[in-house]
Amino acid sequence: MVKKLKTGPLGKQSIYFAKAPGLRSWASIAGKKEGEGPLGTYFDEVIDDAAFGQDTWEEGESKFMEHACKLALKKAGLCAKDIRYLYGGDLLGQLIATTFGIKNMDIPFFGIYGACSTAGEALSMGSMAIAAGYADHVLATASSHFGGAEKTFRFPLEYGNQRPLSATWTVTGSGAFVLSSTEGEIVIRGITTGKIVDYGVKDSQNMGACMAPAAASTIYQHLQDFSSTPDDYDRIFTGDLGKIGQDLLLKLLSENGIDISKQHRDCGIEIFDPDTQNTGSGGSGCGCSAITLAGYITRQMLKGEWKRVLFVPTGALLSTVSFNEGQPIPGIAHAILLETKNLRKSEDA
Amino acid sequence: MKKEPTKDAYNEYVEEITPTANVWLNCLKAFITGGIICTLGQIIKNLILYYTTISEMQAGLWVTIILVFLSVLLTGLNVYPSIANWGGAGALVPITGFANSVAAPAIEFQKEGQVFGIGVKIFTIAGPVILYGIFSSFIAGLLYWIGMLMGWVH
Repeated sequence: MVKKLKTGPLGKQSIYFAKAPGLRSWASIAGKKEGEGPLGTYFDEVIDDAAFGQDTWEEGESKFMEHACKLALKKAGLCAKDIRYLYGGDLLGQLIATTFGIKNMDIPFFGIYGACSTAGEALSMGSMAIAAGYADHVLATASSHFGGAEKTFRFPLEYGNQRPLSATWTVTGSGAFVLSSTEGEIVIRGITTGKIVDYGVKDSQNMGACMAPAAASTIYQHLQDFSSTPDDYDRIFTGDLGKIGQDLLLKLLSENGIDISKQHRDCGIEIFDPDTQNTGSGGSGCGCSAITLAGYITRQMLKGEWKRVLFVPTGALLSTVSFNEGQPIPGIAHAILLETKNLRKSEDA
Repeated sequence: MKKEPTKDAYNEYVEEITPTANVWLNCLKAFITGGIICTLGQIIKNLILYYTTISEMQAGLWVTIILVFLSVLLTGLNVYPSIANWGGAGALVPITGFANSVAAPAIEFQKEGQVFGIGVKIFTIAGPVILYGIFSSFIAGLLYWIGMLMGWVH
């Protein structure tokens, strides 16, 4: 594992933060089904009403995000005016969930789209702004909503059909993170920005297969750039590959002599129980990785169960137009290297 | 990565490991579900013929109307998706499935307004069935007409 005294570019696709931006606080707001899943007790709040008291799925999703941002701020003991930049995104057209969720917060805003990898993109850009000295505190957030996603990408909820076994279930929820230049029990030691990877998979009901090559590419490059091996990590968490995507990821990496089967977990696999919740291959959506990080992974790190975690949310880059016009579905994955604050010191000692 | 599979090799492997539904089990479930819907239709028809003076042809129409109404009602109560999730084509092919495919977008897109919501999107699922259903009946009619002119059919 690389160790440097200076912040700067590392290898081909990474950045190393010598003075690492801290995760100062985080919040996870989950929907009812997510609350009933295996991680249910880890979330800050579970909202039973999918529309969160609003008229539409879209307004409901905005409310999930607004609520997550405000709770993260409250936990950090900060107000909106302390935040220099907000980086956020979602899955709806033109990022309307984010726009209407944060418009009243009065924070300078960068809207970002990385499909389901958005949480990773937001954390990457936020930590870069802080490490560069452009901000003291930033907010990074992402959300998704089952109702909104089904309506946008598939069928209305009331329409009866059968889902293929390989299909995933979009998570309803939003995660928000306050990054700070000074404080945080958990820090972002580095990032590896993913490239778009297209292996020509065209099945939109098999997103894991579309995204596994991107996850493999980013994890492979991360290990190269940081001169590390899988054993340096307590966990490597991908976003929403599901069971099929996990198989493919392990195979692609093992062909390159890398075995992460011991460390690898997938937020999409962890968040639902497919046997009782009818969720197919697993959870998906920006909210899947965001609330799993904000609810579960951070808590395990605070407890000291895990000291170094590679968080690699994965996104499938398609729209209904590109899909209907016969284009394949490329993937992308962004890696965030999370460490507990004192890990480096204890490793030196 | 140093070693990457070709696109073809990768897609072949994806196909290999992606689980598929059990066709025979699905056929059985569809047979049961579709059978129950059709039996229900027959029961309604028999009741109408037994208790009213409605003619057999008219009774068929009433059956259609009642089944469509039941399907729309169950769609509104969000029960129909569960039936279709279990019964598959058995719930989609009968007229009840068609009613569900019209009612569902009407409910979902109502929020986007009477014209651009319901008006524009009510047939997003059923539209292709209507278009190609009418088109294929036109082709069938044309062939029948040509057959009559040629003296092949009477």
